[in-house]
Amino acid sequence: MADNLPSDFDVIVIGTGLPESIIAAACSRSGQRVLHVDSRSYYGGNWASFSFSGLLSWIKEYQEKSDIMNESPAWQEQILENEEAVVLSKVDRTIQHVEVFCYASQDLHEGVEEAGALQKNHASVASAGSTTAADLACPPPAGESLSTASSEWPEDQTPSADPEPALEAHDAVVAGESANHCDDNACVLSAPEETGDPVPAAEDITEQPKKNRIMYSQIVKEGRRFNIDLVSKLLYSRGLLIDLLIKSNVSRYAEFKNITRILAFREGRVEQVPCSRADVFNSKQLTMVEKRMLMKFLTFCMEYEDHPDEYKAYEEMTFSEYLKTQKLTPNLQYFVLHSIAMTSETASSTIDGLTATRNFLHCLGRYGNTPFLFPLYGQGELPQCFCRMCAVFGGIYCLRHSVQCLVVDKESRKCKAIIDQFGQRIISKHFLVEDSYFSENTCSRVQYRQISRAVLITDRSVLQADSDQQISILTVPPEEAGTPAVRVIELCSSTMTCMKGTYLVHLTCPSSKTAREDLEPVVQKLFTPDTETDIENEVEKPRLLWALYFNMRDSSDVSRDSYNDLPSNVYVCSGPDCGLGNDNAVKQAQALFQQICPTEDFCPPPPNPEDIILDGDSLQPGPSESAVIPEASPETPKETAELGKPEELSE
Amino acid sequence: MHGRLKVKTSEEQAEAKRLEREQKLKLYKSATQTVFQKRQAGELDESVLELTSQILGANPDFATLWNCRREVLQRLESQKSPEELAALVKAELGFLESCLRVNPKSYGTWHHRCWLLSRLPEPNWARELELCARFLEVDERNFHCWDYRRFVAAQAAVPPAEELAFTDSLIVRNFSNYSSWHYRSCLLPQLHPQPDSGPQGRLPEDVLLKELELVQNAFFTDPNDQSAWFYHRWLLGRGCVSPPADPQDALHCLHVSRDDACLTVSFSRPVLVDSRTVTLLLIIDESPLPVEWRTPDGRNRPGHVWLCDLPAASLNDQLPQHTFRVIWTAGDIQKECVLLKGHQEGWCRDSATDEQLFRCELTMEKSTVLQSELTSCKELQELEPENKWCLLTIILLMRALDPLLYEKETLQYFQTLKAVDPMRAAYLDDLRSKFLLENSVLKMEYAEVRVLYLSNKDLTVLCHLEQLLLVTHLDLSHNRLRALPPALAALRCLEVLQASDNAIESLDGVTNLPRLQELLLCNNRLQQPAALQPVASCPKLVLLNLRGNPLCQTVGTLEHLAELLPSVSSILT
Repeated sequence: MADNLPSDFDVIVIGTGLPESIIAAACSRSGQRVLHVDSRSYYGGNWASFSFSGLLSWIKEYQEKSDIMNESPAWQEQILENEEAVVLSKVDRTIQHVEVFCYASQDLHEGVEEAGALQKNHASVASAGSTTAADLACPPPAGESLSTASSEWPEDQTPSADPEPALEAHDAVVAGESANHCDDNACVLSAPEETGDPVPAAEDITEQPKKNRIMYSQIVKEGRRFNIDLVSKLLYSRGLLIDLLIKSNVSRYAEFKNITRILAFREGRVEQVPCSRADVFNSKQLTMVEKRMLMKFLTFCMEYEDHPDEYKAYEEMTFSEYLKTQKLTPNLQYFVLHSIAMTSETASSTIDGLTATRNFLHCLGRYGNTPFLFPLYGQGELPQCFCRMCAVFGGIYCLRHSVQCLVVDKESRKCKAIIDQFGQRIISKHFLVEDSYFSENTCSRVQYRQISRAVLITDRSVLQADSDQQISILTVPPEEAGTPAVRVIELCSSTMTCMKGTYLVHLTCPSSKTAREDLEPVVQKLFTPDTETDIENEVEKPRLLWALYFNMRDSSDVSRDSYNDLPSNVYVCSGPDCGLGNDNAVKQAQALFQQICPTEDFCPPPPNPEDIILDGDSLQPGPSESAVIPEASPETPKETAELGKPEELSE
Repeated sequence: MHGRLKVKTSEEQAEAKRLEREQKLKLYKSATQTVFQKRQAGELDESVLELTSQILGANPDFATLWNCRREVLQRLESQKSPEELAALVKAELGFLESCLRVNPKSYGTWHHRCWLLSRLPEPNWARELELCARFLEVDERNFHCWDYRRFVAAQAAVPPAEELAFTDSLIVRNFSNYSSWHYRSCLLPQLHPQPDSGPQGRLPEDVLLKELELVQNAFFTDPNDQSAWFYHRWLLGRGCVSPPADPQDALHCLHVSRDDACLTVSFSRPVLVDSRTVTLLLIIDESPLPVEWRTPDGRNRPGHVWLCDLPAASLNDQLPQHTFRVIWTAGDIQKECVLLKGHQEGWCRDSATDEQLFRCELTMEKSTVLQSELTSCKELQELEPENKWCLLTIILLMRALDPLLYEKETLQYFQTLKAVDPMRAAYLDDLRSKFLLENSVLKMEYAEVRVLYLSNKDLTVLCHLEQLLLVTHLDLSHNRLRALPPALAALRCLEVLQASDNAIESLDGVTNLPRLQELLLCNNRLQQPAALQPVASCPKLVLLNLRGNPLCQTVGTLEHLAELLPSVSSILT
């Protein structure tokens, strides 16, 4: 591959996260020659989505922190006298405190593998929940404490302050080659439910046939049904990303589903928040007068700027204090504050709250009864869609291709080239580098925030409804003021992110401690760990089958000046931010694109095929699709939102 | 630049588009011409189907071409084998669907589909229902499709409960949907038929309460949505003892006057009495008497009040009493009154209750339902003090509950309503006048007097005058009346009419009033002496006060009036 790589580009993009991919697409669309590389074996960086086995390998990678130092050809000798090198990092330091817990019962069979795994590595399943020490590598089993006291949580786990927990629940890693997780979609699993599944006899003779309990082996086996996002976000239906997807026509590469409901967690119960006109009309929990109050307040928020006298006097207050002055019952105040404005008692001012509420309402009704969309097959699809567009316009892609250093001209203080892992020197005019690629030297002055993340697999929804195919967002406010609220997004199997009969739950908040410390209290409020013993009793809460906690670096809002010695033509892209929407990534991409191509339109719509003039010498439009990401070819699920044709609720 | 696509300029694109459109127009014109030629020549064959489908595919609103197609299809019916016809119909249905996709609100297309389906021996109604559901999913307020759905549901005899559930599903999605609410108002009476004897159009209370709750949800969510309020009003009329839509004719009042030798009849609704066909029989002392019926204003148009002259013989004072009976043959009803010896007049009048006198559209079996509706509306009004629908509903509910008890409150609500809905100020004034008049009449009836005081009430219009047959004194002063309308001629007993301080311009109603003696019209807007022309027909008028009218400024008015009204002894200008 390295032999073929051209050595002259206009723009080199390092990292395939969302902002980088958007910029790559925009540059390529404007006729720049783009090289887009990623040292990882998958697209998206920290924006990626993984199949279950893919995630296990990802976990392993970060737990082991094994810096596999490939013997790369020395780059030093390529640096000329009038040049110097900015060395890039070989190790990714953005993920910390990875902890895994498995609660699903594990049968004793070893060698369960993900169906359709590419490579039949020896894979063994750890048996954390099993009392039979089936596996040598079994750590203090998570299930041990659980089997005795159902409300107890694994206190005996390695303290999470330890950044390198000893091998946790799993050494079971399937398929080394989980790189191209997109293939998952194309792969149609035959998915035998129980038939081919070796179920232990013990399970069969349990008296009552309860709802099929999901075994860990099933999760592993159906691992390709999962598309687990590292970053949990939604698209505001009038957000910048939707606009960009429509404008650039990238939307044709992706499908979306509307979030079906907004939930609130109040007085220990999960309830649905009525937010659209139809919701309010249909709501059984609100009184008539509350319906009117809520609608009246929301209508006011839609155009609050036109009525300054209604809020000017309260500008100095927090939004929650302001809500108290309005004719709203405590019930409604809670809904507006936590679930619609998605803020907390102390966090935002009246104006911020009103703006957030208006933004929420503004997005309502464009594609459905909630303001949000979720991309089928996971958030990780989005960077790939832009990469695909970049490739269509001639961009060149190299995964598993790391860059050793940037070559800077001493005199002009400009970056001239990169030297890749094969020692090839590739010159370019502009260089975009994702934050995580910079070495500790470069970032020594940068103060990073962290995002706490949890990924759970559960057996049912936190709020059961007529349909089991609900996509919900829930904001759990903090117990003590001043700490951030936790955002919970629950995905059902029709989002193509988890297997049938399970739900994939993402928790996100800005970190104050490790992810587990930050998020476990909320997990405990909402779920019950799945244990063998107490199947009978606990039916109120969904069962937790599997959990992953980790902290991710939040490099958004880092000033360019805090990086050391950046040449002027090297631009920094940040990793994912903690926000719910994707506006940050789009804004960043657009700003950087305008620095690179000040006169060019940002991702204009592609021309109609009939308007393209084809003459002999000019390049064919829509060049080789060979560089293109293998596209998912799923059976089109129903009810997917098609961008660009919003059904406006006209009223 | 490298990799850059060459794209046509916008001028080139525009030119290409223009050419394309020109070409299309040419084709359209020539196809239309050919169709018309063929139709004239009677060549109604498949080629016409083909040609019309080209045109209708682009413009489904071309009604003549749909007619053409029907002619062709009718002709082919007799020529083709059943198999060929089936294929033809299938193609036609498919074609119609494609037209609907072009324009889902085309009258012609939906009508053609109706026509086609009703001609089929075995139409597939299930498929049609599915089609409707699909189109209504795209636009739940497409009333063309709703119409078609009702047609299909009727043809296929879909149970009303299923259709009701369907309207539920659409209202849940978006309750601003007249069609859906209206469909409910058709389905609910079907679902809950009343026993034959009972009045139709009523609903059982439990159903009614459920519907009221549903519609309350709607107007509390969005009080500015009219569709819910209209449905609400319909629901509140479902307890009607006798629904306004189906009134029974009734004879309200019968009056006989010895002095005027005249008999007057008042009906519950305007009727036309034709003396030649004898629909209204008069029987005096058990013997029929042929008479000439006329209206008080002499125009003999359909009206509430009809009268006839009586021969002197039938009024002689020799017998202790005379019995007068009228029979309205069209309604099979009759009424009788007695004129006693020594009495100048006799009458028979229905005992006056509000319900009979003034049909209210909101009626309930139990007033508790209305009362609870009033409570919720007041609750809403507190939150939405400026919502006109809410205010109007409150007024109507109060009216239905107890017009006299709520009179003061109603007037306050009218004031608020007028302020928030100035566009309908005149309508509201008239409505208010109507209610006030009704209240005054009720009060008069309770007091059993023949004097009606309506002064200082801001009245803008006079109505229910046919109820005032027996009134002798009427005070209309200090109002905002602009006319004394023709219906006033029904007040056959009126002796004194006070109508000063209004804005009266015309006196059409002050005509043929046999007993009118005093007419007070100070400070009005009578411009010309000629406006007094109708008054000349009142034989007993002795006092006429016209002070403060513009006509007083004109020289020679008094002379003119003296000439016009020779019998009036005192005319004040």
